Amino acid sequence: MSEAVMDSVAQAPGLEGVAGDFSRDKQVFGVPWGKAMMWIFLLSDTFIFSCFLVSYMSVRITTTDPWPVPSEVFALSFGGDPIPLILIAIMTMILITSSGTMAMAVNMGYRADRKKAFWLLVATALLGASFVGMQAFEWTKLIVEEGVRPWSNPMGAAQFGSSFFMITGFHGMHVSAGVIYLLWVAFRVRSGVYERRGGNYEIVEIAGLYWHFVDLVWVFIFAFFYLW
Amino acid sequence: MALEEGQQHPIKIYLWIWLLLFVVSFFSYMVDYMNIHGPMRPTLILTFMFVKAGFIIFIFMHMQWERMALKLAILGPPVAILVLIWLMALEGGYTEGTRIDSFGESTFEPQATPHH
Repeated sequence: MSEAVMDSVAQAPGLEGVAGDFSRDKQVFGVPWGKAMMWIFLLSDTFIFSCFLVSYMSVRITTTDPWPVPSEVFALSFGGDPIPLILIAIMTMILITSSGTMAMAVNMGYRADRKKAFWLLVATALLGASFVGMQAFEWTKLIVEEGVRPWSNPMGAAQFGSSFFMITGFHGMHVSAGVIYLLWVAFRVRSGVYERRGGNYEIVEIAGLYWHFVDLVWVFIFAFFYLW
Repeated sequence: MALEEGQQHPIKIYLWIWLLLFVVSFFSYMVDYMNIHGPMRPTLILTFMFVKAGFIIFIFMHMQWERMALKLAILGPPVAILVLIWLMALEGGYTEGTRIDSFGESTFEPQATPHH
């Protein structure tokens, strides 16, 4: 086959392009290696979180003890009547806000607007840190006031505690790691490390993938653990 | 070619998706706030969840603009999770049934109710 035909096969869109990408004896994915690796890492992480959520489903189905109503457990009162699930709703909004600032940071990175990219990354990290802070508050309330433990739960099924601490704990760890990661990238953006590497701001997008994934996992936790 | 330049898209798209994420999140919170129960509850929860997940994956994570090979490699394998969910749901139903048959219904008395 001639070069020209090979190139046209390789650049074909859709399924035809898949055959080209996998068979042309070159890198399969036409993306920077760091991005491909991040996607593959996120795929493996998807399976870990899925295992946690599936085991949560499993114990929730199998237990014959009553499952606590998350809507009531996570209600919070600001003086008046308790508002159902309000803290979780605020945490959700914070994470979405941070996803938005992250998307803008990626965009500003590609525009080589270092100052804006830096501040947007810092804002994202701060929102993430406040999310972790609220989670610490939520855990404290559950442990100290409600007496929930990973092995027992005065409100019903003991599995509620183990699922809750495992799932939200693992997610919170991801958020904490993400905050550190983002701050690291932010300061390197500001100090011009990527500028010196030929204005290559892919790293901001790769960090963004991680951060959006953390938000994505929260969407599933919110739906299955808190709302279901 | 887009591959060399990375993912650059108009800011407007991000702002719209950002706004939509807020709106959909508000709706999913309303499912709980308005005490919707019965078959409508899981339907709404799952619908809003998938809409949000779709926005995040395809727009914020730029999956929409990636080549099909990457889309399939990343979005294909999670389909296996659906099989796991199905199997564990079957297994769970069976386990619950045998527990009730052998040990009877739960005699658990809540020792506490949530305080706020």
